[in-house]
Amino acid sequence: MKIVAADNVWILTSTALVLLMSVPALAIFYGGLTKTKSILNTMMMVIVAFCITSFLWLLFGYSLAFGSDLGGVIGSLEYLFLNGINPSDPAPAAENLYHYLFIFFQMTFAAITVALMAGAFVERMKFGAWMAISALWAILVYFPVAHWIWGGGFLSDWGVLDFAGGLVVHETSGVSALVGAILLGARKENVMQPSNLPLVGIGTGLLWFGWFGFNGGSALAMNAQAVSAAFVTTVAAFVGGFVWMVLEWIKFKKPTSLGLFTGVIAGLATITPASGFVDIFGAVLIGTIAALVCFWAVVSLKQRFGYDDSLDVFGVHGVGGMTGALLLALFAKPEVADVKGLFFGGGLGQLGSQLAGILVVGLYSLLMTVLIFKVVDRFMGLRVDRDAEIEGLDEAIHGERAYLKEY
Amino acid sequence: MKKVEAIIKPFKLDDVKDALTSFGITGMTVSEVKGYGRQQGHTELYRGAEYIVDFLPKVKVEVVVKAEDVDGVIKAISEAARTGKIGDGKIFVSDVEKVIRIRTGEKNEEAI
Repeated sequence: MKIVAADNVWILTSTALVLLMSVPALAIFYGGLTKTKSILNTMMMVIVAFCITSFLWLLFGYSLAFGSDLGGVIGSLEYLFLNGINPSDPAPAAENLYHYLFIFFQMTFAAITVALMAGAFVERMKFGAWMAISALWAILVYFPVAHWIWGGGFLSDWGVLDFAGGLVVHETSGVSALVGAILLGARKENVMQPSNLPLVGIGTGLLWFGWFGFNGGSALAMNAQAVSAAFVTTVAAFVGGFVWMVLEWIKFKKPTSLGLFTGVIAGLATITPASGFVDIFGAVLIGTIAALVCFWAVVSLKQRFGYDDSLDVFGVHGVGGMTGALLLALFAKPEVADVKGLFFGGGLGQLGSQLAGILVVGLYSLLMTVLIFKVVDRFMGLRVDRDAEIEGLDEAIHGERAYLKEY
Repeated sequence: MKKVEAIIKPFKLDDVKDALTSFGITGMTVSEVKGYGRQQGHTELYRGAEYIVDFLPKVKVEVVVKAEDVDGVIKAISEAARTGKIGDGKIFVSDVEKVIRIRTGEKNEEAI
């Protein structure tokens, strides 16, 4: 196969779209949900994680994830420092694309995955501790798991399917967000007090827009699957948002803007692993189930156990990613990508593979996150002191304020 | 001379200002304040989690008037600011010893 210009056009576009999802979409989405006194710190947590992870990706991350397979566990160091790769080379994993483009596209996935976790730790974590956690987590969790599923590792041998990152992106970051939030402890003011809901609305729109590249680009070509993936993604998003709003209206008597925005994100995260395998009707079902399950996780599960997953990274991304990875085994339609879900005459085999993948990725993320948090806590401490937390991290850490008074 | 301070619901400010203007009051000072009385605070719900707001936003209107105008001013404010629901606010009246207009140096009732 040789380089296909149209495919490269689409994937370079997709790369820009996925970049937009972190900078600024995720940064302002999380920032708007944060208390006014810490909004800048939250935005910086997202963007600094993007910087650190991207840099590690160039040094050895790409090689560990997509280098030649070593025992199903990790990639080799053949591409250390992107050694020996020229701009005109085709990518070994997708020969229709330039190697540089494949590396670039995948870099934006690695970066946003680490940044996603930040939502669980806002308003109380030391900035240096977050930087250390970002680096260690990218190395110990993201690079290996990406290899297991996308880089030819053992989970892909087991038949685990994950089109655009339900497991690799959303489950890893969601489960680690939960574990990290428990180890870090709750905020002194453990309550959501959004500084700017319109900013959350803009962030939601930009994330939705960027998700065209995230899921549509994961076809790694400009083909029917890319179009279908982008289309079903949008369907799951608006269905998820609408259903969440209605659920809230029934349970709490008021339809809130935040509920509508949150449901959109739940739909997007949940369709992600399935987006290359299901049709429009499957997307309607997935969007509906996404809203039901994530609403339950955010409203009931979190209250019952009392952990401070501040911006609901686990409740929306973790739960959504796992749910979508499971649902693809039911709703995958053979006409889309030759995968037969249970409801289209496929057997239970795919369901077994998906369950195995979810368990392995979840347990591994849990163990590594405990290790990383213990180490960082031991050497630098995880939390700012009480006064800094009450004063707000913008002033205490960065010496800045988001909004200055006129006089 | 008396100072009339009224704590009112923010969305009633325009009505109160119009009522005072029709009564013949030519100036006032307005500030955004927070507080609670019998109404107490209220709760907001974000993703199903309650956030209790103790201090509600209110507007404080201050006018200084001649003693004989006090009753009229109180009536104007009360009628304009009343919704009949809890949280309509309160009016405080106090004596004012001296008033000076900075530009001209005029004093007391001439300066009001």
